[in-house]
Amino acid sequence: MDFSTFLWTSFAAFLTLAIFSFLYKDNPLYKFAEHLFVGVSAGYFVVILFHNGLSPNLLQRLSDGDWYYLWLNSLRPWYIIPGILGILMFSRFSKKWAWVSRYPMAIYIGIAAGVAIPLEMTNRVLRQMVASMTPINWGNFLGSGYLDIASGYSEVIILTGAVSALVYFFFSTPHRGAIGGIAKYGIWILMLGFGATFGFTVMNRISLFANRIQFLWVNWMKNAFNVKGVNPQADTSYMLAFTVVALIFVGYVVWEIMKKFRKAETA
Amino acid sequence: MDMFAKMMALDRRWVFLTLAIVCVVAYGLTFEVPILINDEVQSIYNFIDTLKPGQIVFIAVDYDPSNQAELQPMLYALMEQCFRKDLKVIITALSQNGPGMADQAIRDVSDSVKLDRTYNGVNYPGRTVERGKDYVFLGYKPYPSLIILGMGQNFRIPFPTDYYGTPIDSLPLMKGVINYDQVACVISLAAGNIADMWIADGQGRYNFKLAFGLTGVMGADYYPYLSSKQIFGIMAGQYGAAQYEKLTDNKGMAQDGMRIQLLAHWLIILFIIIGNIGFFASRRKLKEQGK
Repeated sequence: MDFSTFLWTSFAAFLTLAIFSFLYKDNPLYKFAEHLFVGVSAGYFVVILFHNGLSPNLLQRLSDGDWYYLWLNSLRPWYIIPGILGILMFSRFSKKWAWVSRYPMAIYIGIAAGVAIPLEMTNRVLRQMVASMTPINWGNFLGSGYLDIASGYSEVIILTGAVSALVYFFFSTPHRGAIGGIAKYGIWILMLGFGATFGFTVMNRISLFANRIQFLWVNWMKNAFNVKGVNPQADTSYMLAFTVVALIFVGYVVWEIMKKFRKAETA
Repeated sequence: MDMFAKMMALDRRWVFLTLAIVCVVAYGLTFEVPILINDEVQSIYNFIDTLKPGQIVFIAVDYDPSNQAELQPMLYALMEQCFRKDLKVIITALSQNGPGMADQAIRDVSDSVKLDRTYNGVNYPGRTVERGKDYVFLGYKPYPSLIILGMGQNFRIPFPTDYYGTPIDSLPLMKGVINYDQVACVISLAAGNIADMWIADGQGRYNFKLAFGLTGVMGADYYPYLSSKQIFGIMAGQYGAAQYEKLTDNKGMAQDGMRIQLLAHWLIILFIIIGNIGFFASRRKLKEQGK
């Protein structure tokens, strides 16, 4: 790894440690990393949106015309219409003219709803209902001896689970007697679902931390100290960059400890 | 203050510190974690493994750097498997921060494929993968729902050029490739609701073979689509990525992270048990005191 790449890696390592320092408490290092992230993300998104959206979808398609004629002499002059609708959205910045933005918004919502509603209804509601109403293949109980998706046991659990979870959310009848029992089974099914989601979430959070440990060790520390000869270019300048980042955090910890001592003394 | 009351009042930062120490120690250890393969991951591997050379796999990089821990290993393993088997790959990035990561993965895997390697006992001689011939990277366009719908008509509608600015009609791989009908399957590595769009606006509308690589948080929510046969496979979280790495015999970051996962999970389970004991014991004590 050349030194300039290592400097950027060291900066990334600094930001990683700065973000993790929030686990101790809110502090200036965390604030710096947070604000930098928000600023860079916003700037990056604006540039990406211009180069991948506005420019190829509008400006390049009108660019065979002359903007002095508002591109009306373009081969595709109708692209000026979505361009104008887009500009009208900016009227929201004026209290007086904000109402104008309702027109492009109405067109956008109308098109989006028209496209989305039938597709969402068919593919995320009706097809799921069909899947949960599949006739139970009783022969599957004798097939595989465990709960795979095609087994009879699994089909029964899906059917009873779906019905009982729906019963739990049915509040027009008191949850007593048989209805109460089914609703209770529904709660258990919901709890199992939440438990599975919680388990996956824990795995997700640990993955993020594991990835950062891998980054700090493989990309940063191994290159700084030339562990197992991974970075033959490593010299004192690499160590210096590593030490600077380490000192910032050690310095912060010392400053925090001293602050506590001073507080204790004054108390 | 008795032991249980102290336990309930424990500063959460001690929990963070313990977890961090366990994770770092686990990473430093060298033991292997056994990885069991789920059917839903196996089905993705089997599907790609049985494709013939020259067939096209569409990979959508629909995640940001914040999810790279789980999804980037899937991308590396998938792409390497495709290139080693001489399959063609079309890549898009429908998340705004995705193009950089997709580009990085293409470069890394292209370098890796140049080396002779043996996977699952099969020797794959090194080869050079060429842009436009072996893969096409279409890049990013905003509003994924519209892009997915547009690609169903013609890839050229949302993507007249590839990520590098080359008109896609001039790329050999794209000759005769109009829309999803010409691709064997779509695999979306998704973080967020882009997965829903692939189901509703993509698979539901154009009826192609669809599989997902998902973040752990999303995993449980998408299993119903497996039983309804709207998708043919799921890789969920880092464990899903580790399974795919194991299937392709291509050890990477996900399998490497499993040691941390194992010990961290044991510790969290221990904390949950201790926390519950503390909660019930202190509640019992309060009851005994008549509070």
